[in-house]
Amino acid sequence: MSWRLTLKIHRWQPGDRAPYYDHFTVEVPEEAYVLDAIEKVWAEQDRSLAFRHACHHASCGSCGLRVNGREKLPCITPVTDYPNGSTIQIDPLRHFPLVRDLVVDMGPFSQAMEAVRFSIIRHASEGVPDARSSEPPILPEEDHEATRFENCLECGLCVSACPIAGSALNYLGPAALAAAERMLVEPRGVDPLAVWEAIDHDDGLWRCHGAFECSAACPSEVDPAAAIMRLRRYGPKVGQVARQQRR
Amino acid sequence: MGGGGPHVVVVGAGSTGAAIAHDLALRGFAVTVVERGEVGSGTTGRNHGLLHSGARYAVTDPVAARECIEENLILRKIMPEGLELNGGYFIALTPEDMDFRQTFLEGCEAAGIPTRELTKEQLLRMEPRLSPKILGGVMVPDGVFEPYRFCLSFLASAQARGARVLTYHEVEGVLVEGGRTRGVQVRDRIRGRELTITADAVVNAAGPWAAKVAATAGCRVPLILAPGVMIAVGVRYSHRVVNRLAPPGDGDIIVPQRFTSMIGTTSWTVQDADLIPIPPDHVERMMDAGEAFFPGFRRQPKRGVFAVARPLVGPEEDQAEGEGFERAVTRDFACKHHEAEGAAGLFSVTGGKTTTSRLMAEAVVDQVGRWLGFERPCQTRTEVLLPPRRFFTERVVS
Ligand SMILES: Cc1cc2nc3c(=O)[nH]c(=O)nc-3n(C[C@H](O)[C@H](O)[C@H](O)COP(=O)(O)OP(=O)(O)OC[C@H]3O[C@@H](n4cnc5c(N)ncnc54)[C@H](O)[C@@H]3O)c2cc1C
Ligand code: SF4
Repeated sequence: MSWRLTLKIHRWQPGDRAPYYDHFTVEVPEEAYVLDAIEKVWAEQDRSLAFRHACHHASCGSCGLRVNGREKLPCITPVTDYPNGSTIQIDPLRHFPLVRDLVVDMGPFSQAMEAVRFSIIRHASEGVPDARSSEPPILPEEDHEATRFENCLECGLCVSACPIAGSALNYLGPAALAAAERMLVEPRGVDPLAVWEAIDHDDGLWRCHGAFECSAACPSEVDPAAAIMRLRRYGPKVGQVARQQRR
Repeated sequence: MGGGGPHVVVVGAGSTGAAIAHDLALRGFAVTVVERGEVGSGTTGRNHGLLHSGARYAVTDPVAARECIEENLILRKIMPEGLELNGGYFIALTPEDMDFRQTFLEGCEAAGIPTRELTKEQLLRMEPRLSPKILGGVMVPDGVFEPYRFCLSFLASAQARGARVLTYHEVEGVLVEGGRTRGVQVRDRIRGRELTITADAVVNAAGPWAAKVAATAGCRVPLILAPGVMIAVGVRYSHRVVNRLAPPGDGDIIVPQRFTSMIGTTSWTVQDADLIPIPPDHVERMMDAGEAFFPGFRRQPKRGVFAVARPLVGPEEDQAEGEGFERAVTRDFACKHHEAEGAAGLFSVTGGKTTTSRLMAEAVVDQVGRWLGFERPCQTRTEVLLPPRRFFTERVVS
């Protein structure tokens, strides 16, 4: 069966006074994802449409946007999440500089991730986490050197969903704070004090108001809100210890 | 911009274009990369993410196998922040697979790929989710990369040496005057305007679209567009990459990554790579193939189903069609200088793999440098790449 959606897509290019919406109706197989529908609009109806995408399976984190106001990775959002024949509104992420249409600039976000020195490769010593399984993760002894990618895709959905990120322009944001927690747990050669100092300020760890929107938006099991709450509990102590060690 | 060398425009920011940009910049060329969409939005972004050990090709394509293992070892050194390096297995599901083992081991040995034979019991201990029906296997140094960040690393490094990377800029035509390439006509898709970029040479690394780009200069690129379907599920079934111990076929590789597993792939041919409809029977075949390795695979909710086209080097004559045929074509790559077609200074690169993109870049830049009389030694074998994120933090936009 095929699925018919009307995409109401946010349009804006440099020089435009205000953004506006274009409507495109597409028919895709019911197994398709929202990203397939957007790509089809580009391929068949409007080649000027600009959107970000690369991996199509929630690994690169590039395609983040908002569908009906909710942060989504359209590559893993089935079209059947929306009624056949309905209209869905597609907007770019909030709190990012807009480049064009659905494309945002990842510069400031990436700077925050750099500030906490986030390394995307971690040890897999805790084994392979699998949310769906109750079995303990198993890693054979010889796998003590095993590595794997961090869960965070650097997609920015959490930042877009965060109510603070909109009003506090210099706020590090949930992704960077969650990343900092990972770096403190497993420093991978990075100086923990530098990580702590990057977040221990009014635009960092102490800015969050605990709205938990970030964790609701995260497509990759990072749960930034929980990481922030943990950091607030043990972070100052880690900072203190690191400071003493440096002396 | 750049190190004072000739100015080269690279069309396309997939793994091929990204690696070429880095090599050019490192040798002192002035570089402009023109990419019509996001980095990696063509074939590269949607590939399997397998850092080949070469074992997949050890029997069918020894040249590709040797290239893979050499590049695999180089990438481990130059891309420390972008690889899951846990190895991979070739696993026998049938007695025929077990019979293939000897040929396979010999192929690996000839190509210089280290192997370790594993019994069924060892495999099941190391990977408890494997089907108890497996018969045995071999371990090889496969790895996992993230295609998007793979490209970003090369581009970040190129950028740090002055390369300009123009994303959302589409090449509409290669400009040729008096038999010589003068640059490219570009549409700036952000601002919706046209611009001309002059250059001493143009490297066409547009992947499946390379024939279209070359055609704007009246040149021909023999290309076979052979897409493959891939499916991700939200469970990581194994620590390491799982390959079928058999000659290359459908659904014979499962790449684990984060908390997911991705199975691929199939192969058929298409004429247009812009929008590839996914054949439903290919999806069924992939899910069945996954089930054979990991019981329960078929019932997993999918986390992405997609297809992109391999830009395979085709015959110089008319494009051949049909299923099954493409896998026999060598995985090797080609760099064609269109001088004889009246476009000196236009080079088209096709074929290869993401795993071998650095090597392809080395060969291409050697060729371009020779023609431009700007010959510098390649340095990409040892130059450690910048982390992918630096592409965004140190962005120099037009
Ligand atoms: C299903 C599948 C799985 C694969 N799995 C693996 C794997 O696991 N490991 C591996 O090593 N290799 C793998 N490969 C092979 C590998 O993905 C390709 O060889 C490689 O990605 C080709 O890269 P490329 O840069 O040449 O092409 P592309 O990545 O397609 O790059 C070309 C770029 O040019 C751009 N472009 C096109 N036209 C224009 C224009 N007019 N102006 C400006 N830009 C333009 C496109 O947007 C695109 O980004 C796989 C291939 C397929 C199809
Ligand atoms: S924490 Fe989650 S939502 Fe935020 S950038 Fe990382 S993956 Fe995306």
